[in-house]
Amino acid sequence: MKIKNNYSDSDNWDLIISPRKKWFDLQFRQLWAYRDLLMLFVRRDVVAFYKQTIFGPLWYFIQPVATTIVFVFVFGNLAGLSTDGLPQPLFYLAGITAWNYFSDCLKKTSTVFRDNQQIFGKVYFPRIVSPISIILSNLLKFGIQLFLLIALIIYYAFQGVDFGPGWEVLLFPIFVLLMAMQGLGLGMIITALTTKYRDLSYLVEFGVQLMMYSTTVIYPLSTLGGKMYWVVALNPMTFVIEGIRVSTLGEGILTIYTMGYVTLVSTIIFIVGVIIFNRVEKNFVDTI
Amino acid sequence: MTTAIKVENLSKAYQIGQFSTGTLSRDIERWWALARGKEDPFLKIGEINDRSQKGTSDIVWSLKDLNFEVNQGEVLGIIGKNGAGKSTLLKVLSQVTTPTTGVIKMKGRISSLLEVGTGFHPELTGRENIFLNGAILGMTKSEVARKFDEIVDFSGVERYIDTPVKRYSSGMYVRLAFAVAAHLESEILVVDEVLAVGDAEFQKKCIGKMGDISKGEGRTILFVSHILNMIKSLCRKTIFLEDGTIRSIGQTEVIIQEYLSSKKKTHQIWESGAVGDHVVELRSASMIKSNGKEANTIDFTEDLYVEYTYLVKEPGFRLDPNIHIFDQNGNYIFVSSDYWSKKVYDKGLYKSVMKIPKKMLNTGIYNLGVALTSYPGTTIHFFERDALTFEVTEDVSNREMDFMGKMPGVIRPKLEWETIKISDK
Repeated sequence: MKIKNNYSDSDNWDLIISPRKKWFDLQFRQLWAYRDLLMLFVRRDVVAFYKQTIFGPLWYFIQPVATTIVFVFVFGNLAGLSTDGLPQPLFYLAGITAWNYFSDCLKKTSTVFRDNQQIFGKVYFPRIVSPISIILSNLLKFGIQLFLLIALIIYYAFQGVDFGPGWEVLLFPIFVLLMAMQGLGLGMIITALTTKYRDLSYLVEFGVQLMMYSTTVIYPLSTLGGKMYWVVALNPMTFVIEGIRVSTLGEGILTIYTMGYVTLVSTIIFIVGVIIFNRVEKNFVDTI
Repeated sequence: MTTAIKVENLSKAYQIGQFSTGTLSRDIERWWALARGKEDPFLKIGEINDRSQKGTSDIVWSLKDLNFEVNQGEVLGIIGKNGAGKSTLLKVLSQVTTPTTGVIKMKGRISSLLEVGTGFHPELTGRENIFLNGAILGMTKSEVARKFDEIVDFSGVERYIDTPVKRYSSGMYVRLAFAVAAHLESEILVVDEVLAVGDAEFQKKCIGKMGDISKGEGRTILFVSHILNMIKSLCRKTIFLEDGTIRSIGQTEVIIQEYLSSKKKTHQIWESGAVGDHVVELRSASMIKSNGKEANTIDFTEDLYVEYTYLVKEPGFRLDPNIHIFDQNGNYIFVSSDYWSKKVYDKGLYKSVMKIPKKMLNTGIYNLGVALTSYPGTTIHFFERDALTFEVTEDVSNREMDFMGKMPGVIRPKLEWETIKISDK
């Protein structure tokens, strides 16, 4: 396909539809034009979540609280795993809150083509609006759950427990961004690969569960040694969770190298995700 | 006059059949070829899209080398049989999927309406859904806000605007959905016929609104429909698609005439082995008038004979020839069979004839399917659903009635009537 611009002046087209597209294209201009749609999608997801419920947004708290209680009981009391000297509820809640954000982003994004095939099959808008709206509506949920963590931090601070982050608290938003990039990137890769072959989507459900155990949500990295340390450390989410703990509770492993590693891996996952998503979005309605 | 849409060498290939492990190896082969900069090895063996013939490859060209231009402010109709490529063309134009080859160039913002109420969320209120649906169709929040009152007014669901749409009746739902779509402001609109929705009254309103949009505001509209009257009233120019290519393009009246006559099929021959099984094979089917001539169109006042021939290859079956009639919209009108003859067949070539008496089918276009079944056991040896297509016409001056308009209904039998006076009051 060769298309050269050798047309006269009257031929300045606003839109050219052709078989091929650029490899990496975030479509910032298009995305900006559809910013209202992005916000309305976020609003839809949030509102639809608590409509016709009694507790409404309270549900955002119930899940992490319940999980924390179970973790304290099973891993803290029965198994007696270390929590880096932190109060157990604090240690688990920080990990759970962060992990939930990542896993929700990943799980929802990984079915974005299938969930939206009705809309995508009928109307065009930049498809990337949908996964980004998932990241944003989950960010809102994450923000609300953060209040719970802050409340618990204040409680333990008043109890006289000695902990707390230093300047690292400034890095907190960066870790959130890295989580979002990983969740979005991985999710986009999975949803793109499963439009034609569904196999991979069966892996996601329990894969995410298993992946949690290979990060440091329920045990601190500092207790691991030898080979196990490296297995867990290579998981790109591990140092993000550690980073979140350092920047909120002041305990965990954070060095310039771990920071560099997760930034690099997250960026790669994100870019690969966008490329694959872009490749698939233009024709997926033919194969899904 | 400036060109709003320019379509050049547009083609679209589809892969048909099941996706399974078999497709994976072929995908890898294709990917490898493309990665080395070669041509896609599976697109070469493509063939034109004729659904009635079984193809040899599972790549099918749904659109093949389309070239046309649409001027600004023009309303272009697109017609064609099922499978001619209308929906594919709409999808490619509205960027839901990309072309396999070729380019489309457009001037101005384009909106496509392939469905009403895309993205409506049942839990959200009417108000929220207007904004959401508007945004999905490409409007900004402020544009929707500006048109909001008009939209609500047009839909007539003002009272329920803050109720979740899941509590709406289906009529209210589609009215609200259409109202949003009808207030789009883009320069180019791509519209599917499904847009005319709801009850008869609201449909009229929809078509009226479509007319306003197309006439008043100088916008370019592509309009796809089966309903020829709609095309006639909205479009001056029409494209007739057939097997993924443009068969003809021109004035709507002329094109519709061509389309209608192309649909008629009064004689058809099947090669040996095409339709049938090891017991019988269909050979030919035709429509004949009482004078023995082939009937292209048949008048309402004439008898029509349908005959089809078939080769019986195995003796001893109690065969039952039967004929199925459908109207233009695919509604089943009736099936008639020769069951009661209970004849057992020898080997040989046979011919069955069925008479459709005059003054039975109303004017219009009908599809006719021929089939052969055997009993006991009810085995269908063949059923050719689209064997013949014919039109019943009427010379209204012969009607022997004062009413000259189109009679409603699919059949129009002359039944026996008696009217008597019962008393003085």
